[in-house]
Amino acid sequence: MKVLLVDDEKELVATLAERLNLRGIEAQWATSAEAALSRLQTESFDMAVLDVKMPKMDGLLLKKQMQDRCPTMKFIFVTGHGSNQDFMAGASEVGSDYYLVKPLKIDDLIAKIREALQR
Amino acid sequence: MSYWSMLKPAFWDHTDVAAGPHKHLFNFRRIWKSAVLLTALVALAPLLFMTAIDYNVSQKAIEADIHYQTARLVSNTRRSISFFLSERKSALNFIDKDNSYAVLSDPLRMTVLLDNLKKGFGGFTDLGVIDANGLQHTYVGPYNLGGIVYSDQDWFQALKESGAYISEVFLGFRQQPHLVVAVKHNLPNGGFYVLRASIDMQQFNELLAEVEVSGRGDIFLVSREGVLQTPSRFYGRALDRLPLEVPAFSDKTQVVETRLPAEPLVVGYAYLQDTPFVLMVVKQKTELMKGWDATRRQLVAFLAISVTAILLVVLGVSTYLVNQIFEADHRRVTALHRVEYANKMASLGRLSAGVAHEINNPLAIINEKAGLIKDLFMLQRSYAEDPKLIGLADAIIYSVERCAKITQRLLGFARHVDSKPQQVNIAEVINEVLGFLGKEAEYRSITLSVDALGELPCIESDRGRLQEIFLNLINNSFAAMSNGGRLAITVRRADTDFIAATVSDNGCGISESDMKRIFEPFFSTKTGKGGTGLGLSITYGLIQELGGSVSVHSEVGKGTEFTVRLPVKMNPSGEKKNESPTCG
Repeated sequence: MKVLLVDDEKELVATLAERLNLRGIEAQWATSAEAALSRLQTESFDMAVLDVKMPKMDGLLLKKQMQDRCPTMKFIFVTGHGSNQDFMAGASEVGSDYYLVKPLKIDDLIAKIREALQR
Repeated sequence: MSYWSMLKPAFWDHTDVAAGPHKHLFNFRRIWKSAVLLTALVALAPLLFMTAIDYNVSQKAIEADIHYQTARLVSNTRRSISFFLSERKSALNFIDKDNSYAVLSDPLRMTVLLDNLKKGFGGFTDLGVIDANGLQHTYVGPYNLGGIVYSDQDWFQALKESGAYISEVFLGFRQQPHLVVAVKHNLPNGGFYVLRASIDMQQFNELLAEVEVSGRGDIFLVSREGVLQTPSRFYGRALDRLPLEVPAFSDKTQVVETRLPAEPLVVGYAYLQDTPFVLMVVKQKTELMKGWDATRRQLVAFLAISVTAILLVVLGVSTYLVNQIFEADHRRVTALHRVEYANKMASLGRLSAGVAHEINNPLAIINEKAGLIKDLFMLQRSYAEDPKLIGLADAIIYSVERCAKITQRLLGFARHVDSKPQQVNIAEVINEVLGFLGKEAEYRSITLSVDALGELPCIESDRGRLQEIFLNLINNSFAAMSNGGRLAITVRRADTDFIAATVSDNGCGISESDMKRIFEPFFSTKTGKGGTGLGLSITYGLIQELGGSVSVHSEVGKGTEFTVRLPVKMNPSGEKKNESPTCG
C-alpha cells in the first residue's frame, strides 16, 4: 500500500507521512500539485490524499490529472474549509466518497484509506 | 382603553431615530397636519367664500325688495292723498270762479253749494267766505263760526302770500281736529276775499286706514315739525308728537333705515307738494326679514353640515394616506435593515470561514506534531510507560480537538448565507447555539437546560435561519437575566404539523406597554447600551419566512417565555413527502 500525501503545508504533510509510515503504510509527500505530478512520472501510488485548496492548482484539478495518468488510483480529499457536517456535500462535489476535515484523526484517515483500497 | 388610544393612527407617536439629519422628512405627524390643513383650506375656502357671497347677495336682494315695495306704497299713497286734496282745492276754485262775491255772501246759496260739494266730492264739513280783514262774514256748516276774525292766524297770513292754502290739522275755534282748504280771490280794486272749507277728517283718515302695510307697518301723515296729522297704529293719535325724527326734505319718494330705540325700522316717506304734510310708512325690519331668517338658518345649517362632512372626509383621507405612506416607509426601512443585517451576517460568515480555515491548518500541524510525539513516545518503552509524557501529548491533542470544534461551529454559522431547506434536528441546532454562549453562561452562573419532550421529528427547515432565531432569543434572555439566572429550553411536538420550542428565563420581564412593540423594528429598551432594536424584529421575520409563528408571555419581575412554533414541513400545502425521520 503506497500513499502520496499532497498539501501545501509542508510541516503537516511531512509529519502525517511519518505517522503513517510508523503505522506500516508507505507514505510519501509533496507540497504542490506540480511536485505531485512529477512524482507520478517516476513512481506509482495506490492512493493519493489531496488537500482541496492549494495554490496554483487545487486538489480537484490535480485529481483529474492524476487520474488520467493512473486510472486505478484512489483519492481522499482533506480540507480545512469545512466541518464534519460538510462531509456528504463536500464528497459529492468533488466526486469522491472520501472527504475529511482538518485537523485529521490518524485513525480515521487510516480507516478511510483501507476502506477505499478495499472497494 | 381611551377612545383616543383606539383611534390614534400608527404614525402618531412615531419618531424615526435612524433618520439622522433628514429626520424632518419622516415627521409623519407634521405631514399629517400639513395635509389636513392644506386639504381643508382648499376644500373649505371656496365653500365659505361662496356662502358668504351668497349670504350677502341674498340679504341685499331681500332688503332692496323691501325698500322697493315700501317706496311703491309711499308713492301710490302720496298720489291718492295729493289727488284727494287737489280735487277739493280745485272744487273750491271752481266755486270761486263760478260765483260772484255777492252770490257767495248769500248763506242760502252757500248752503246749496256745500250740499253740492258734499254730494259731488264728499269730505267737506263747512264752507265760509272771509273778507280781506279776516272776518268770516258768511258761514254754512255745523259750527257757529260766523263773524269770527282770522286775521291774526298764521294760515290767513300765509294765504295772502300764496293765493291757495291747505292747512295742517289743528283744533281751531271748534276744538276738533280738522284741516282747512282755502283759495284767495283777488278783486280789481286791490282787495280780496277768501273762500274757505273744512275737510272732514274721518274721510281723510280712512284714506290711510284702508292701506295695507306689511311687516307690522304703519302709515300716517305727519307735519314737518313732527306732529301726527292722522292717527297712527303704533305712534299715537292725531296731533300727538311723533316719537320718530321727521326725515330730511326730498322732492322724491325716499326709503331710509333707522332704529327706535333698539328696533330696526324701514321708513319710507314723501313730502306732499303744496301741503304741510309728510307721508310716512314705517315698517319693522325684523318682521320683514322673517322670511330671510328662515332661509338664513337653512343656509347656515347647510354650511355647518358641509363643513363637518368636509372636515371628516379630510381627516379620514389624510389619516389613511399618511398611514399608508408611514406603513410603506416602515416596510421600506425594515427591508433595508433586513438587507443590511443579512449583509452583515454574510460578511461575518465569510470572515468566520476565513478565520476557521486559516486556523484549521496550523491546528492540523499541531495535531500531527503532537500525534507524532505521542507515536514516538509509544515506540520507546521508558517513555510509553511515563504517564506524564503521554498525558502531555494527549492534552495537546485534546486542546486541538476543542479548537477544532470551535472552528467547526464558526464554519457552521458561515453556511447561513447559502443555506437551503434540509432535514434539521431542532434540539441539535439549539445545542449548537448554546455551544457559542456556554462560556458566558458559565461566567455568569446561568443555569442552562434543554429538554426534548417525547419523540421529535426532524423538521424540514433552514438550519442557518433556525440558528439565528435561537441565537437572538437566547441572547435576549441573557440580556434580561442577572447573574445566577435560569434559562430553560423545551422542545415538544405541538401537533401533527408543528413542533414548538419554548425559551423561558427568569429575567426582568417585559412591561405590558412594551409587549405590544417588542417585534417592531428599532424598538429597544437597551437604547444607548448597544441595543439596535432589530433582534426580535428580525427573529419575527425569520420565523414568518420559515412558515412558523412566535408568541410571548411575560410578567415583570418574574420572567419571559417565547414560544416558537415551526412547521414540520416548510410548505405543508405543497407536494406530499415521505414521513419525516425521527430525530433524537
